Amino acid sequence: MSEYSAPLPGEAGRQFYLTEEHHAKNGTLLGFWVYLMSDCLIFACLFATYGVLGRNYDGGPTGADLFELPLVALNTSLLLLSSITYGFALLQGRKGRVGSLLGWLAITGLLGAGFLGLEIYEFAHLIAEGAGPQRSAFLSSFFTLVGTHGLHVTFGIVWLVVLMVQIRMHGLIVANKRRLMCLSMFWHFLDVVWIGVFTVVYLMGVLP
Amino acid sequence: MPDHPVTESLLFGRLTWDAIPLHEPILVVTFIGVALGAAAVLGAITYFRLWGYLWREWFTSIDHKKIGIMYVVLGLIMLLRGFADALMMRTQQAIAFGESAGYLPPHHYDQIFTAHGVIMIFFVAMPLVTGLMNYVVPLQIGARDVAFPFLNNFSFWMTVVGAVLVMMSLFVGEFARTGWLAYPPLSGILNSPDVGVDYYIWALQIAGVGTLLSGVNLLVTIVKMRAPGMTMMRMPIFTWTALCTNVLIVVSFPVLTATLALLGLDRYLGTNFFTADGGGNAMMYVNLIWIWGHPEVYILVLPAFGIFSEIVPTFCRKRLFGYASMVYATVVITVLSYLVWLHHFFTMGSGASVNSFFGITTMIISIPTGAKVFNWLFTMFRGRIRFEVPMLWTMGFMVTFVIGGMTGVLLAVPPADFALHNSLFLIAHFHNVIIGGVVFGLFAGITYWFPKAFGYRLDPFWGKWSFWLWLVGFYVAFMPLYVLGLLGVTRRMNHFDDASLQIWFQIAAVGALLIAGGIACFLIQLFVSFKRREALRDHTGDPWGARTLEWSTSSPPPAYNFAFTPRVHDRDAWWQMKQLGYARPQAGFIPIHMPANTWAGIVLAGISMVMGFALIWRMWPLAILSFVAVVAVAIFHTFNYHRDYYVPADDVARCEADRTRLLASHV
Amino acid sequence: MSTPATAKNGHDHEEDPLAHASLHGYLLGFALAAILTAIPFFLVMANVFSSSRVTGLVILAIAVVQIVVHVIYFLHVDFQAEGGWNMLSIVFTLVLVVIALSGSIWIMYHLDHNMMPMSPHDMRNMP
Repeated sequence: MSEYSAPLPGEAGRQFYLTEEHHAKNGTLLGFWVYLMSDCLIFACLFATYGVLGRNYDGGPTGADLFELPLVALNTSLLLLSSITYGFALLQGRKGRVGSLLGWLAITGLLGAGFLGLEIYEFAHLIAEGAGPQRSAFLSSFFTLVGTHGLHVTFGIVWLVVLMVQIRMHGLIVANKRRLMCLSMFWHFLDVVWIGVFTVVYLMGVLP
Repeated sequence: MPDHPVTESLLFGRLTWDAIPLHEPILVVTFIGVALGAAAVLGAITYFRLWGYLWREWFTSIDHKKIGIMYVVLGLIMLLRGFADALMMRTQQAIAFGESAGYLPPHHYDQIFTAHGVIMIFFVAMPLVTGLMNYVVPLQIGARDVAFPFLNNFSFWMTVVGAVLVMMSLFVGEFARTGWLAYPPLSGILNSPDVGVDYYIWALQIAGVGTLLSGVNLLVTIVKMRAPGMTMMRMPIFTWTALCTNVLIVVSFPVLTATLALLGLDRYLGTNFFTADGGGNAMMYVNLIWIWGHPEVYILVLPAFGIFSEIVPTFCRKRLFGYASMVYATVVITVLSYLVWLHHFFTMGSGASVNSFFGITTMIISIPTGAKVFNWLFTMFRGRIRFEVPMLWTMGFMVTFVIGGMTGVLLAVPPADFALHNSLFLIAHFHNVIIGGVVFGLFAGITYWFPKAFGYRLDPFWGKWSFWLWLVGFYVAFMPLYVLGLLGVTRRMNHFDDASLQIWFQIAAVGALLIAGGIACFLIQLFVSFKRREALRDHTGDPWGARTLEWSTSSPPPAYNFAFTPRVHDRDAWWQMKQLGYARPQAGFIPIHMPANTWAGIVLAGISMVMGFALIWRMWPLAILSFVAVVAVAIFHTFNYHRDYYVPADDVARCEADRTRLLASHV
Repeated sequence: MSTPATAKNGHDHEEDPLAHASLHGYLLGFALAAILTAIPFFLVMANVFSSSRVTGLVILAIAVVQIVVHVIYFLHVDFQAEGGWNMLSIVFTLVLVVIALSGSIWIMYHLDHNMMPMSPHDMRNMP
């Protein structure tokens, strides 16, 4: 009796198919968001590793010995600024002003490059004084966590440049708008991860 | 392990002629066999001028149905390799007692059990599961393809590359000797200086990219592309389990990626994550890898549960009992699977409080699974059961998986696990649930959906033989291992001194032979079914009298799946359509928007393979070059905005008219 | 300018992907983030609290708040986005992240305590 053994009353004429073309909703933004969630988990593992191994100095230098907080503050500001300049770029895009959009994107890219430059400078300096990733588990986790973030920023800048070229070529078509939104999510996500990095690695790292 | 100093040249890294194992007769014979076989296959394809067809219709296809079939083909081929490893192990353990050292030295034996595990999990079970989900889910939800068809193709080829790298390790260099999870310090550069662990790392990293993207793909497909009217609670249960499986993939595979990357950094750059000195902590690896590893086994088994939830109602001619509780149970299992991982290393020493917590969560997770079993049983109760081959596999599963689950709950008790951890009891337990659950489920699913994919059913005679040999073979092969485990025998041993154990290993070897017979019968079944396909032909598209939307299409479905997007009003949508006298539309067809084929997936994967090989052998120039190439090709691909086309209405009309004729002539 | 062709183009009923951006939101978010960044830096660099533990907890809490600010004002996550799936997926991910992080630290703390020869305290005081 729990089966549909007889036609239900009033069912005649029910349509079982659409007669017009059906376009499923576009999944690009959700898909990219879900990918970002997976990226979250990669960083979670790196944070967990840093959390477990972050005080294993092996008799070598500690965070207090190595970290220069003013430099980190500068880096943080650059990245935070780049987040808002990307926001300004999107606002220009919404108004259809491609030129201004590209301008703000370029500034975002430069700020990101500045961030990377400072980070590379910091890494080179650490390695030169013998505090490279091989020195201790603390340093291995430091370089990997911060370095992975930096790699993501690098990838973001490459993507940004490519997207600028594509917007130049095709304008603000729907596909490019989606790509802008995806890069926006990616860029802001990197800033979110950096909040974790500067708090857990740098600020807590210099505490005794 | 040879202690020769490792030389590196700039161009060839560590690759020298010594890497080819000419001194290992088994490998030489294997290579000759593989080479001859490959030559035959490649020669035949060339002779019959099929390369163009293969490239156009299969390799560059973004059709989820074709990609699904290719995944299943990959899984079945790798099953043969993985099972060969199993046979070799069973044989060795049956004869290597006392004076006799067997025929496999530890150096070789260790690679075999490592490869067996890696291949079975990553290159048999995962592709088979992914293949079935790929094939079935879009059809079940009334969609034309997945959300990201290009990524789907790319994911497939990345999985293939992983498998190819593992296979290459047979003939160039060697494979890891660490077990399928490669724990450090054994897998670190000091204890495994050879390329084996590097093959392992890069094969899994590359395949892992494919799997992760596939997870994103199917998740978005299910969320966004369901036919109008198909609310979440009207989805078929297989789609529900596919959704939860892909959620698990998205949140667990990154952990594997990160952990293997850390191991790779230790090996390549001398970092100190898992080293014995420098502040490293090898136990952190075990912790992280099982955070991935436990959800992984649910990734394997949830789709199997979904398959059974489709098969039982169909072959009992009764609606699934307790749909809502099935959904809740699946979701609960998904969440809880993230709370049990420590039960894989109770004995590592985390102490009573930690062990108790995870022991309890492990026991709790068996409850929703039990609820599912009851639901299947209640569906069968007062149903009109037809003992077709898929139903046989299902019934075999119910008994076998429940036994395996019970031994799992036994192992969940930490004091018991202290005696049984890493014994053959553990081996028997996980084979019990993986074979009884995943493998039986996959064979059930393959048999069930084969007619949909190819237009004819599989020959039931050979199917039944395959099933019975697998079922009996499984018990004969693994029940002795439970006994041995309780007697205290450790896993991964290639030689024993206690001759009183030998009889059990010999029985187990017989069991393995029976399973080999089951596999042989499956292959014969494929061959015989093809030859007899006209007699086994499915003309209606619904050979089993089933309930879900995929059965409303022809067998095989047209490339566009549905001439018109279905509109859904209830669960078991196709069943309702049949009950209410649904009539196929014969006119009014419209052009259908479809994604176009792509070369980029196979090319990107191919370059990744070169990069993986280069990194394994430390061929730095080639590695850098191929990395740049991958990035460049990927960027180039993003400049292609024209990735789709329209199927003209006339083509659709012609296709549907063909089907109308077919249906009419076979009433 | 060539015509676009990713699937479903001319028939898009989806809203403009750029719809969520607003100047007000970005400026407010930026201001909050700047303040929530300056405070922790100040707390650490000026040694405001004597206890490392307290400092650590406070800056962690502030970090969590700043992450929420970013998620709301920059990433525009709300219960409407993508039919609620964005919110669901970020909540789910965060739950799992917390499980993985806290679980790992809890487990490793016990493992280290029971199984490792030296405590971090001893290691730090090594000559």
